[in-house]
Amino acid sequence: MIKILKPGFYTSVQDKGRYGYRHLGVPVSGAMDQISYRLANKIIGNDDEAAVLEFTMTGPMIEFESSTVIAITGAEMSPQLNGSPIENNRRYKIEKGSILSFGRLQKGFRGYLAVYGGIQTKKVLKSASYMKNITEAIRIEKNEQLPLVKCIDIEENTFFVKKIEDHISTQTLEVFKGPEYHQLSDRQLESLFSKEFTVAKENNRMAYQLEETIQPHPYSLLTSATLTGTVELTSSGKLIILMRDGQTTGGYPRILQLTEKAIATLAQKKTYDKINFKMKVIF
Amino acid sequence: MSYSLAYKDFGEAAILIEWPQSIDDKILLDIINFKEEIEKKLDIHHIELIPAYNSLTVINHNKDIKLQGLKEELKRIYTSVNKNIIGKQKLWEIPVCYDETFGIDLEHICEEKGMSKEELIQLHSEAIYTVYCIGFLPGFMYLGGLSKRLETPRRETPRLNILKGSVGIAENQTGVYPQDSPGGWNIIGNSPINLFDINKETPCFVKTGDKIQFRGISLPEYKLMQVEIEAGVFSIESKWIQ
Repeated sequence: MIKILKPGFYTSVQDKGRYGYRHLGVPVSGAMDQISYRLANKIIGNDDEAAVLEFTMTGPMIEFESSTVIAITGAEMSPQLNGSPIENNRRYKIEKGSILSFGRLQKGFRGYLAVYGGIQTKKVLKSASYMKNITEAIRIEKNEQLPLVKCIDIEENTFFVKKIEDHISTQTLEVFKGPEYHQLSDRQLESLFSKEFTVAKENNRMAYQLEETIQPHPYSLLTSATLTGTVELTSSGKLIILMRDGQTTGGYPRILQLTEKAIATLAQKKTYDKINFKMKVIF
Repeated sequence: MSYSLAYKDFGEAAILIEWPQSIDDKILLDIINFKEEIEKKLDIHHIELIPAYNSLTVINHNKDIKLQGLKEELKRIYTSVNKNIIGKQKLWEIPVCYDETFGIDLEHICEEKGMSKEELIQLHSEAIYTVYCIGFLPGFMYLGGLSKRLETPRRETPRLNILKGSVGIAENQTGVYPQDSPGGWNIIGNSPINLFDINKETPCFVKTGDKIQFRGISLPEYKLMQVEIEAGVFSIESKWIQ
C-alpha cells in the first residue's frame, strides 16, 4: 500500500486510457503526457499499460507502507526521498516506511509516479484512469491508501534514462491539417501560424483554451467526432484544444490536429505559458 | 443509393469519412450499414468506429497498419455495402414522467406556445426519434425528429446542475441527461432509466441509428420503476420496426 499524506493540487490515477467506448460518449482519459507516462513505466520495467499517479502543479506527499521500486517523470518538482533530493527519470528502490515529497515546480506542469507493478486500483471499462461519471473517485484524497503488488528484489539505481529529445521545454506544437482546415481564410492561416498564443486560465484535463483569438467565422458543422489534440475554432475566433478527458463529439470546425508529441508538450503547459503552431512536414 | 464519400486524414491515427452535410435518415442508415460491414471485415479490436449524423470516424490503434492502406481497404469495403438494405431498426421505449416535480420548464413552454400540458406531452411522446449520435456525455443521445411546434430556444443562462434522467428540449433537439450535469436545455420531465451503466458489459443499450419513443408515466409509476431498476428487475422494452 501507499498512503497519501498530502494529495497535492490535483492528483489522479491514470493509465494508457479507456479505449473502445468513444462511440458511447466516453472520453479516452489516461495520462495527459503519454510520453512521460510510458517512460516512467519503462524505467522500472512495468507493463506499458500500468497505472501511475499523475500530479499537477504541486506533487503529493506519500508514505510507502511496503517496499517497492519507483520512477518519477514529467514535470520537475524537486522530489525528495526521506528529505534527500532525488532525480527524475531514474529508478529508486524504496524501503517500507519511506516518505516521498515534492518541492517547487521547476519545469513542466504534470508529473508522473510509477510504482513497481502499477497502482492496483479497480479498472472500470478496462481502464484505471479516473474520470467523472465513470470511476467512483475523481481525484486522490488525503489519507487515501492505494494498493500495490508485492515487490520482488530488483537491483537498485542502475537504470538511468538520458532523454534524447525534450518534449517539455519546447513551446512549438506540431500539427496536421484538421478536417475543416480548408475553411480557414488566408488571414486566419496567417494569424494561426505567425502568432504566439497564451494558455488561458481555462485549462484542465478536458481542454486548453488560448487567450488570443483569430478572425471570427460563420461556419458550423453537424456534430461529429473529435479526438484528443483536436483544435476547435469557435465562431468568435477562440481556439480550444481538446485534451484527454474532452468530449468525444463537437460541432465547431476542427481546424488542426496536434501530433501525439504536441499533445504531451501541451499537457506540460500552464496558465500564461506561450505556445505556437507549426505544420508538421511529412516526407 | 450510393453516396460520394470524402475520406480525410484526421491526425496520425484516424480517418474521417463524410457524407453530404444533411440530417437525413437515409444517410444515417448508409453510415450504419457501412459500419457493420467494417465490423465484419476488419479486426475491430484495433479499431474504433464513431458514427454521427453525416460522418464515420475510424480510429486505428494498430501501429503496423498505415492509414493510406486502411483508407483503400475502407473504400473497397464500401463498394460491397448493400445499398438496398432498409434493415430492421430497434425502437426503444423510454418512460418519462412529465410531472412538474421534474418538468421545471414545462409550464413556461406551454404558456409561450399557448398549448396545454397534455398537448405538449402528446406531441413529445407520439414522435419517433432517430438517434443521430451519442456524445457530449457518456450515453447522451442526439435525437432528431422533434415536432416543429415544440422547438424552444436554449435557456439564456445554463443551470449549474441538471438532475440525471432529465428530459430536455433545445432548438430542434430533445434528449435525456444520462448523468447530473450543467446544461442549458429546457427541462420537461425525467426518466428513471439508466442510459449509461458502467456495471454492464455494454454500458449503453442504445446505438446510433436506433429509434426512440417516449412514454408518459405517472409519479407513482416512476417511483415503482425506480425501485425495480435499483433491484435489477426492470428491463427496458424494445421492438423491431421496418
